Amino acid sequence: MSFPYLPIEDAVSAAFWEGTRIQELLLQSCNLCSKYQHYPRALCSHCGGTDLEWQKVSGQGIIDSWTEVMRAPQEGFEAPYIIARVRLAEGPIMLTRIDGSSTKISCDQPVVLRWQPLSDGRALPLFVPVGG
Amino acid sequence: MQDVFIVGAAECDLGVTTKSILELQSQAVTRALADAGLTTQDVDGIATNGISRFSATQLADYLGIVPSFTDSSFAGGSSFEIYVARAVEALRSGQCSTVVISFASNQRSAKSRSLGGVVEHHTPEAQFETPYGPLFPLSYYAMAAQRYLHEVPHGRAALSEVAISAREWALLNPVAFRYGTKSLTPADIEGADLISSPLTTADCCLVTDGGGAIVLTTKLVDKKRGVKIIGYGEATTNTSMTSVDDLMVTGAVESGKRAFAMAGITPQDIDVVEVYDSFTITVLLTLEALGFAPRGGAADLLLSGKTRPGGSFPLNTSGGGLSYCHPGQYGILLLVEAVRQLRGECGERQVPHARHALAHGTGGIISTHATVILEKVS
Repeated sequence: MSFPYLPIEDAVSAAFWEGTRIQELLLQSCNLCSKYQHYPRALCSHCGGTDLEWQKVSGQGIIDSWTEVMRAPQEGFEAPYIIARVRLAEGPIMLTRIDGSSTKISCDQPVVLRWQPLSDGRALPLFVPVGG
Repeated sequence: MQDVFIVGAAECDLGVTTKSILELQSQAVTRALADAGLTTQDVDGIATNGISRFSATQLADYLGIVPSFTDSSFAGGSSFEIYVARAVEALRSGQCSTVVISFASNQRSAKSRSLGGVVEHHTPEAQFETPYGPLFPLSYYAMAAQRYLHEVPHGRAALSEVAISAREWALLNPVAFRYGTKSLTPADIEGADLISSPLTTADCCLVTDGGGAIVLTTKLVDKKRGVKIIGYGEATTNTSMTSVDDLMVTGAVESGKRAFAMAGITPQDIDVVEVYDSFTITVLLTLEALGFAPRGGAADLLLSGKTRPGGSFPLNTSGGGLSYCHPGQYGILLLVEAVRQLRGECGERQVPHARHALAHGTGGIISTHATVILEKVS
């Protein structure tokens, strides 16, 4: 799998990407309403509160839905590969990839986190089927 | 409240035109005005996008007019249904007297479309989604379709029937891109190249040049061709592929409710349904959201065959974005076809005795939703 697009982080998201360097998946949780969110924001998208803190999360989730991409969107990506919406145990949904075969993937299947190193020392969270 | 009417409707050249965006815009605007018995000198309101950063300003300058109302809101394919709401309010308040809503694109001639879409590097989506390589917008619709197939028996056959039904209508529309071709079979759709599973190239709309315009005013001169705007509603849900909790429920639920409440009618009262068909799945989700079928029930509606010509649920009667024309933002053409159906100008594909029509635009990644309900003036 190739990952040619390096994300451009900002002050709000920097902690997320720092976490990926030591393989910790961090989500923002709100100190006002106690809910988690992803992607990171400068406010809580559930209640509008601005007192947010980073929490390491379990890396457990289920596949909400998925698609096998058969043509690369831009140079450097190597199709086919599987894109998915994974619903994390803590609530938020992440866009990610599933490392596995499309013949063995289905909606509502449990998955767990693994890490894909990027060329600059950061890493992307991916998921694999539980027991797969 | 003062009534607002659509008094002119037209397409520009469609398909492969080799014309510039502004030449196509000029065609759409002047043809719609001629249809209304008006000229550019009558126009004091412009709503359009997709020309340049200052789209409405650009078009006003090109047409040689100084409008008192403009709107260049960018909401993708539903922008034009959204403009109807803004225009009605501007006309009622007296801010302007005649509004032209228009769009044109030369995307096929200019080869300006790419599979990955436009990446805006400063957005959260570029940071948290683009690195994984989704096709944009296709992979999001594909995930919605995958979820649909997971929950709904015969979902794949229903997706195919959306494209098959659209083709049957296009075969009756001489300006449709696929006019003069042949009927489709499920094998044609399901056997086409997979592009982002479960969607194949045949589940995707056309990429063509084209566009159109409509003219709105409070003054109805020709009552026989009058079409009244009786309801509109909108809802905006997401830019991220992860913000919507349930892929089966779109913002059309709320936009539809608002439009029907304003119109004072129900889905059973609609005679002609024109909904955005960027992909086959868009149609199933939208019909359910608007209340034409329960969750998962659009599959049964499609597979009944009622949406084809001659059926009791006339759907996307121009042939749709799948078989007629899709210039990147298709919403204006939903309105043009709805107006023509209510006026009885549709020749072989005319729906008999059509009194109420619904046009529903969907933009982005099932992101922006706007519903317009029209009534024939009798």
